[in-house]
Amino acid sequence: MVQLQADSLACQRGGRTVFTDVKFTLSSGQLLELRGPNGAGKSSLLRLIAGLGEAVSGQITLTGGNGDLSIGQQAHYAAHQEAIKAPLTVAENLKFWGDFLGGGDMAAALAAFDLKALADYPAALLSAGQKRRLSLARLALVPRLLWLLDEPTVGLDANSLDRLTRLLRGHLSSGGLAVVATHAPLDLIADATLVLGTAR
Amino acid sequence: MKLIWALIRRDLTLATRQGGGAGTAIGFFVTVIVLLPLGLGPDQALLQRIAPGALWIALLLSVLLSAERIFQADYEDGSLDAMALGVVPLELVVLAKAMAHWLTTSLPLAVVAPLFGFLINLDPQDILPLWLAMILGSIFLSLLAALGAAITVALRRGGLLVSLLILPFYVPCLIFGVAASRASELVQPSLLILTALVLASFVLVPVAAAAALRAYLK
Repeated sequence: MVQLQADSLACQRGGRTVFTDVKFTLSSGQLLELRGPNGAGKSSLLRLIAGLGEAVSGQITLTGGNGDLSIGQQAHYAAHQEAIKAPLTVAENLKFWGDFLGGGDMAAALAAFDLKALADYPAALLSAGQKRRLSLARLALVPRLLWLLDEPTVGLDANSLDRLTRLLRGHLSSGGLAVVATHAPLDLIADATLVLGTAR
Repeated sequence: MKLIWALIRRDLTLATRQGGGAGTAIGFFVTVIVLLPLGLGPDQALLQRIAPGALWIALLLSVLLSAERIFQADYEDGSLDAMALGVVPLELVVLAKAMAHWLTTSLPLAVVAPLFGFLINLDPQDILPLWLAMILGSIFLSLLAALGAAITVALRRGGLLVSLLILPFYVPCLIFGVAASRASELVQPSLLILTALVLASFVLVPVAAAAALRAYLK
């Protein structure tokens, strides 16, 4: 049983307190939905969990995962920046991340967001929504225990939204964990919703 | 090792598709070397005396030209975030990116640079030692450029700052590089010291640059 636990987390950015005393527990197969107005600290919390930020106080622990790896190394972090190289084709972008993250399943990644027809297209020519799909395809490319998604639905059409939901469902039913910050409610029953405070 | 090779290969592909690496650096280098005799006048003996030093200074400046971009693109498009979450330690990411910069910019520059020595009357018997010293020294130059790039990764227009931060560290490389570039009994010891500089930077630069990158990501 894998469990992600956060205890009395507090975060500051540039001297401003973003949130204090955030706590949650998430077990395998569960999805935590982060809600709150702009600037409430949803992205900061996701970065904290990934180990890309530093908490002022409190701690995050992952039990039952791979003890040799940090939480970040067992997680996918998908944010607004898409980590796509414009001069490379869609397939080359995926291949790089597959190789760099330790071997990926190209076919599954291309199929997950219906990118097969675009595989040999230079990423520079993709639309915003297509870029987002390519970026999210990383989730299907390399299996990882914890998914940290920062507004993954931005720019997606109805069909892709559906695919994202299906992908998330599959991930959860195979025992994965997910923390998703979103304004648009995903068509999923979130196991818990964490509402972060109002922006100051 | 396979994972690191994936990163180096990606950077090489990007460099060949985007251009701007070796081409710009070599163009700048040649411009400096062409302008030099025009500024100094046609004194053959004077040019021969300063040729190795002038070539080295032009090399240092040309390498720094592209230094600021080493990490910037990856930082801006979020690739660095994803790399920090990879199983590859950030130190090795730095090393891989520095090696990619060396292969795409510094090494081609060091290979062609001595050939342009004839423009400023370089003594032909100096060419071979100069070649060796520049190829060896260029590894050191790329590694330190990566350090400067890491320290200024989030700064807009940080290019000049990279030069100010890194040029002082290039001084030992310049001194021993020039000493190794004249056919004399100084060549061998100078090459050994250059090798020592390369090896030391191999160990120290990744640690320092990765620490700088981590500080920016937080």
